[in-house]
Amino acid sequence: MPLLEVKNVTHYFGGLRAVHNYNLTLEPGQIRGLIGPNGAGKTTIFNLITGIYRPSEGEILFNGQNIVGLQPYQIAAMGLGRTFQNLQLWRHVNVLDHVKMARYSKITYGLVGAFFGTRKRYREEAEIEELAYHLLELVGIRRYADQLVTNLPYGILRRVEMARALATEPKVLFLDEPTAGMNPEELVQMMEIIRQVHQEFNLAIFLIEHRMKFVMELCETIQTLVFGEVIAEGTPEQIQNDPRVIEAYLGKELVE
Amino acid sequence: MAVAVQDLTPEKSALRRLWERVQGPFLHVPMLSWLVGALVAVLIELSVGNNLARLIGLPKAPVLFGVSLILKEPVLVPAAIVYIVLVYLAPVALVARGTAGWANRTVAKLLDTIPAWVVILIHLLLLYAVLHFWAEVNTYRLLVLRLTMIAIVLTVSLNVVNGYMGEFSCSHPGFMALGAYGASVFSLLFFVDDRIFGAPILPPALGPFLFPLGLIAGGLLASVGALFVAIPSFRTRGDYLAIISLAFTFIIKSVIENLEVVGGPRGLGGQPDWATLPVVFAWTVLAVWIINNFVRSTLGRALNAVRDDETAASAMTVNTRRTKMTAFLFAAFWAGIGGGLLAHVLKYVNPGSFGLQALAEVLAMVYFGGLNSVVGSMVGAVGFNLLSEALRPLEIFKWIIIPVLLILVMIFRPTGLIAFREFDVLKIIRPKHTAEGDTDHALTGS
Repeated sequence: MPLLEVKNVTHYFGGLRAVHNYNLTLEPGQIRGLIGPNGAGKTTIFNLITGIYRPSEGEILFNGQNIVGLQPYQIAAMGLGRTFQNLQLWRHVNVLDHVKMARYSKITYGLVGAFFGTRKRYREEAEIEELAYHLLELVGIRRYADQLVTNLPYGILRRVEMARALATEPKVLFLDEPTAGMNPEELVQMMEIIRQVHQEFNLAIFLIEHRMKFVMELCETIQTLVFGEVIAEGTPEQIQNDPRVIEAYLGKELVE
Repeated sequence: MAVAVQDLTPEKSALRRLWERVQGPFLHVPMLSWLVGALVAVLIELSVGNNLARLIGLPKAPVLFGVSLILKEPVLVPAAIVYIVLVYLAPVALVARGTAGWANRTVAKLLDTIPAWVVILIHLLLLYAVLHFWAEVNTYRLLVLRLTMIAIVLTVSLNVVNGYMGEFSCSHPGFMALGAYGASVFSLLFFVDDRIFGAPILPPALGPFLFPLGLIAGGLLASVGALFVAIPSFRTRGDYLAIISLAFTFIIKSVIENLEVVGGPRGLGGQPDWATLPVVFAWTVLAVWIINNFVRSTLGRALNAVRDDETAASAMTVNTRRTKMTAFLFAAFWAGIGGGLLAHVLKYVNPGSFGLQALAEVLAMVYFGGLNSVVGSMVGAVGFNLLSEALRPLEIFKWIIIPVLLILVMIFRPTGLIAFREFDVLKIIRPKHTAEGDTDHALTGS
């Protein structure tokens, strides 16, 4: 049984069909990529799987259980972590607390602990903090722990998103353009981080990316999405040489 | 342009230099010394205040630091200043500075030997003593002090919703009304021989001990009321809460006006005098402590996550709806407690006092003090209340000056005076050391 199985998912925004008959299977430890021109529906697919949108048709199985209709926080707590394309961080929250927040569903001290500051609360908060520092260390931004995100450069913020997503203890990690806006040096570092977390947590990773070099190097197989439909699927080499993919990206005239 | 900048910069630095010069000798003074100094000052006032005041030409010891006095009779300005310096500033400054070395050592030793909460308790007892003796001078001060502390409870709790959670709630007066009437009915029904509810059901001697139960009942009633606001308005994001909560306040007010059983528009009187200074002080400390605990926990910080980006919060496993509901009901509970205390301080409530005026005041205190900040709300509540009492002699002009002040705060500090600041009591009471690191040296070296 695959870890994640998306079967025939179709989604409409009003009369617009954003995603049509989409299928995906992910095995534990697999890295797969999703590419496609702007507006193809890549982020919509992420939002469908993580529960932000509810698919019009089709089903999504995680560990064999149908997760369609669950709330985003429930899906996240089950082990589907994600990052956002356009950096959805919390303006007034510092870096350390970003990572600690992602432990929300694992907190057991409850409201009594929160109101009265019980021993259990302080013990648990200390554990969360240790874990958060560990994750910040892993993505290499520990020294920014007490900074507000509004003061930090883009490349660091991408890593904050990464550490935050990892703190939810994902089994599948969805990365929405993890290198957008990064310079070549940061890009190489990000690739290293992804490889490292992939190994350390045996994660299945599904990523959207525009930079071919990045996708080609990391992913085992790649799907190409155009106007909500997968037009090609295969290994990086197959995709790179597929005339339909080249056509979708460059236009018909140029190919001829 | 460049000229203007050049003109401005030295002036600003001169002001700062002056401030640093004033601040300099007191940098190493810990909270304990300030409290001891204040205690000495209030004891001086209590023993010789009135005589001293008459000696320098004042009718009697000024009630609120002489502000109302000099607004009524400006000729008394010099005398009032002399009084303030002799009774407050000089003793506080001398004692605080004189005991700083000793206090630093004592606090450091105490923090090493006994649990931190005991040290905090000692500070709170000292603070209470200061307030107690200050209020001993006359009953007006006692009233102002209790109303101010209740305002702290209301402001800090409203900040949970309007600041930490970033929604705009207008239902605090409604919750206060529920708490006030709930606690009043509890007191009158069980412990007082009253025109409406008849003979007491329980022996009145038990009353003061069971009073907390009445307050909590009022608070819970407010929380139940909050449920009716929260369920429809937290389904979606947006301005719904502001509208629904405002409607709620008006509904509660008119429901009470039409309930003959609690006196209708005439109000409900005869509450026993159980909300004494120590009782109100204890409840205020409890409220601030619990609310501060909550907002500093990861469960409470989830409010900030929900406010800044709700989608991201839910993608990070935060149950956003539950978080919002909990915080809203929690804030309503404390508004109810505040209302219950208010009813027992004034010994009378009527529905008219929980309308737009009350709403404007509590909102002003929150936004004046600072969003997302417990300490800001305390400063806002104290500042606003003292100002409002002190400017009372100006009558109608008071309502010009206070709004102008609010507008100025909004222009220069849009999120309030002390916004987005953590309130850490241990940081406030810990021993302070000068740059040299040696307190004794700093003390003798000047």
